[in-house]
Amino acid sequence: MARPARERLLKLAIGVAVTVPAARIAWRFYAGALGPNPIAEALNRLGFWTLVLLLAGLSCTPIKILTGWAFPLRLRRMLGLEAFAYACLHFLTYFAVDQFFDFGEIWKDIAKRKFITIGFAAFVMLIPLAVTSTNAMVRRLGFPRWKRLHRLVYLAATCGVIHFAWRVKSDLRQPMLFGFVLAVLLAIRVVDHLRAPSRRRPA
Amino acid sequence: MLIHKPSDIRSSEITSRVLYLRRREFLAGGAATATGLALTLAGCKSQASPTPAAPGLALPGVKKGPFGTAEPQTPFSDITTYNNFYELGTDKSDPSKNAGSLRTRPWAVAFEGEIKKPQVIDIDTLIKLYPLEERIYRLRCVEAWSMVIPWVGFPLGDLVKRLEPTSRARYLAFTTLLAPEQLPGQKTGVLDWPYVEGLRIDEAVHPLTILAVGLYGKALPNQDGAPVRLVVPWKYGFKSIKSIVKVRFVDSEPPTSWNRSAPREYGFYSNVNPAVDHPRWSQSKERRIGEFRRRDTLPFNGYASEVASLYAGMDLAKNF
Repeated sequence: MARPARERLLKLAIGVAVTVPAARIAWRFYAGALGPNPIAEALNRLGFWTLVLLLAGLSCTPIKILTGWAFPLRLRRMLGLEAFAYACLHFLTYFAVDQFFDFGEIWKDIAKRKFITIGFAAFVMLIPLAVTSTNAMVRRLGFPRWKRLHRLVYLAATCGVIHFAWRVKSDLRQPMLFGFVLAVLLAIRVVDHLRAPSRRRPA
Repeated sequence: MLIHKPSDIRSSEITSRVLYLRRREFLAGGAATATGLALTLAGCKSQASPTPAAPGLALPGVKKGPFGTAEPQTPFSDITTYNNFYELGTDKSDPSKNAGSLRTRPWAVAFEGEIKKPQVIDIDTLIKLYPLEERIYRLRCVEAWSMVIPWVGFPLGDLVKRLEPTSRARYLAFTTLLAPEQLPGQKTGVLDWPYVEGLRIDEAVHPLTILAVGLYGKALPNQDGAPVRLVVPWKYGFKSIKSIVKVRFVDSEPPTSWNRSAPREYGFYSNVNPAVDHPRWSQSKERRIGEFRRRDTLPFNGYASEVASLYAGMDLAKNF
């Protein structure tokens, strides 16, 4: 049976809504409305939205566990890919705008600055997940292997939050909030797994 | 023929500029209280006597001072909307939004400790103590961005001389106002409050070091550290403590806020030094606000010929 049109429409609306922050950042950057240090501001905002979307993608399964509502599971791949798109924009802004292709500086940053090392690691981890996000790739890998691979997102999100925490000077409130939400989302999975180890769970 | 009715606003009813500039404070004062009316009236009363150098008002008789750079000056709007003043919020745009809650009159600065003439000086006296000079300085933030700012102020050294330090006075310890209801960031634990900073006395009396009371010829906006702040252009911006209420002359190195918060990352000296990285980021380059490409950071922020001798024989990687 075809999915209700209402759900498809809702999914489309969410998918489009998620692109609004990026469009807003791009427009404000172009219009000179990102404040006195627009490059730093664009970087911060793109990083912020990357984390928001990663956590949004990671909340689909817990919502299903807690409420039984399955619809969010249909958003998961889309949210994950959109998180990856924001991560790409974040990295490209750093690479092409902030550092202006200064490979020497970029390499030193990645090797020496642990907040950049871990942020870059998180970004790299997302690449195989995006590449294997198609139905064809799920079939090719086989579901169990695909599922194991995609557990990498837990590590990527954790690294992303640490990246944020290590970057701020002293105000840890936002990174702590992201860390708290991530911890809750992961804990729900763990508790669910421990309570019903034999039951098949949606990945 | 059109017959104009005379305006029914008498000129005596037009809000003065001073009052207009303090309208947010007025509103905040009114909203904050349950017995709103009583306090609002009290607020009116305190505003009746105009303040000679309220934020934004032109400072009279400013002459050009030495050491000025000819580099393009950062626009006033950027200097006043991109601030690190955690007492008014940790986002760069927070201080300008929250600036209204800080009251800069009445204000006095206490000078105490190892000096022969300890005294409390009212801000309006302090501003008139010495001829005001414009000092166009580079400002390099520890976060690797920079500005060029036309400060208005006077050399701290002149004031130090007047206070007659004793032979035991080796350092100056500065303190920012502690008033959480005016500086709401002090209700959070992002730093230990009040903010404190320090200088060695030879740094304090160096002719580059000024107490600033204005920028762009006008009294300092609150978000930039009104009514009086330190400016030490060869050190990272956080050394230039804002909204000062106390200066104590002491015989040993005083604690400083960022050093207490992260001793591995922020030293007592905090001289701008492209060769000594912040543990988490490079200090070799900086982004001048308004420019696209990063530019090289200069030793002592370009003031090496003036100040490098202060640190002769010191290992600057160790004394960062």
